[in-house]
Amino acid sequence: MEQVIANGFYLGAQYALIALGLTLIFALMNVLNFAHGQMYVLGGFITYTIYGQLGLPFVVALLASGVTLAVVGALMEKFLFRTVIRRSLREESTMLLAAATAFFFDAVILLLFGEKQRGVPKIVKGVFNEGGIIMPYDRMVVGVLALVFIAAFVLYMQYSRVGRAMRALAQDRVAAQLMGVQVDRYSMIGFAMGAMLAGIVGGLLVTITGVNSGIGGPISIKAFMMVMIGGAGVVGGAIAGGFILGMMESVGLTVLRQYGDVTYLVIFAALMVFLSIRPNGLMGKPWG
Amino acid sequence: MTRSVKIAPVAAFLAIVFIAVPVLISASGRIDLYYTLTSVALLSIASAGVWLTFYIGRINIGQGAYALMGGYVSAILVVTYGWSFWLTLPVAGLFCAAASVLIGLPILRLRGVYFAMVTLVLTEVARLLALALPITNGAKGMVSIPLPGALTILGLTIIPDFATLHNSRLAFYLLAVALMLVCFAVVYRLVHSRVGKLCQSLQQNEDLASSIGVNIAYLRVIAYAVSSFFGGVAGAIFAAISQSIYPSSFTVTDSVNFMLNCFLGGLGYVFGPMLGTLVLYFGWDLLFQTGRFQLLIYSTLMIVLMLFLPNGLLSLAATTRKKG
Repeated sequence: MEQVIANGFYLGAQYALIALGLTLIFALMNVLNFAHGQMYVLGGFITYTIYGQLGLPFVVALLASGVTLAVVGALMEKFLFRTVIRRSLREESTMLLAAATAFFFDAVILLLFGEKQRGVPKIVKGVFNEGGIIMPYDRMVVGVLALVFIAAFVLYMQYSRVGRAMRALAQDRVAAQLMGVQVDRYSMIGFAMGAMLAGIVGGLLVTITGVNSGIGGPISIKAFMMVMIGGAGVVGGAIAGGFILGMMESVGLTVLRQYGDVTYLVIFAALMVFLSIRPNGLMGKPWG
Repeated sequence: MTRSVKIAPVAAFLAIVFIAVPVLISASGRIDLYYTLTSVALLSIASAGVWLTFYIGRINIGQGAYALMGGYVSAILVVTYGWSFWLTLPVAGLFCAAASVLIGLPILRLRGVYFAMVTLVLTEVARLLALALPITNGAKGMVSIPLPGALTILGLTIIPDFATLHNSRLAFYLLAVALMLVCFAVVYRLVHSRVGKLCQSLQQNEDLASSIGVNIAYLRVIAYAVSSFFGGVAGAIFAAISQSIYPSSFTVTDSVNFMLNCFLGGLGYVFGPMLGTLVLYFGWDLLFQTGRFQLLIYSTLMIVLMLFLPNGLLSLAATTRKKG
């Protein structure tokens, strides 16, 4: 059981980081970023190319993933989402745009990197084996790195000037604008940060699970679920949702193994019951 | 607008789909187009359902679940219990409508993105259920479903046995198009009725509507049930045409596509989903020749369309009319 909890904790740290990016974009722009999973895959492939193919240090590769995705995110906000939000009669129209960008990324990734499963050499060798817990060192490093990024993100949002501006935007767009927050600029920064987080997780996880061009969609769905559990647009909710989903997955795969492949069915069913009792998730604000 | 003005375009449309298209296809010999057009008709039925949920202000990405459900209900009744296909068609629709009432009562309380994400998850639930339940035959799916038999009422054959026809594709085409017309007529009637106006009030402000005495819980369940009925019927016919149904017959991608059809056509127009489905489906087919660049070009076009016509294709017609 300790093993199961350790696995859940490790998974949860990764998931929370993915969910943070998604929830940030949602909180600032009211956009459900369908392309989040694809951004994750793109980040994974960039790390694969730089670290696995070119043989540069892992840190450089991770930085490159983050920076590239931040640029991509900023461009998406500036040229696509901002325009559509301005011209559209209904807010939901951005969903078509988001879905289209998801397809677009899928196509680009497939053309650039092919459809094969790609992996990279381990960043740290060896396995931790004590007290009934077996965990390879590289997983521990990645888990700790994920926790560091989460902590850095939370602190940045809490104490920096940019973070404060973004929180103000998320709370009330018009009021923030009246207080002199440059709405356009901080929306762009927020989108870039969300995309960067997706890229960083992609870069981290490629060292463990590898990456292939088809996993973007399923990752997006998982990220949606975490955000729903915690409540959309809330930082704490995203972290909680990530850890809860990671833990449920880890426990479910062990406990429900004898009944066949039903873990996700149970999780989905539980989620729907949960949401009908608490429509806004654990910490979410009521919608509308 | 008086009634006589409206009859002309409807008659023209009927003439095109029932006379011109079959004549042109038999003249050009491209019988495969029947299958494409049948698919468009069926997908637009399901999209019309999604459009109806958009009309009450909910983003529905769960239509794939009901299409899958309808397909399985029809397939199981035909194969396992030996029912006639024509009887299973309404049964599949009603089953989906009943299921959607049960599911909808709790989840329709959700709004905005929450509802969208729950319905997305619902599609996954349907697929996983189809994999896990014993009656659906798991990943192997239901195969070799017999073609629809004859429909006779009081000894009078209304629809002949599809297996005896030498061109069952034409029969399926006529069936799908006829159903599509009925469905869009229902949606059109619904939208232009008192209930339609009430639904529009839900779309704009639910709380306000509720405060002046609109029974919002009842209305949104009704709209969702009708929507799911469409999904179920479309799925049932799909299973009959392909004579098979698998858990992967309708997936999240299909659910998203149903939604995209509505967006592309225009959310403010009843016939938006029909146009959107036609354009998306044919666009995808036409781009097949571009090979590996198919998805790239398709998605780029979609982004460009969205940038310049964010309110759907039909908004183009509306603006030109306003100017002229």
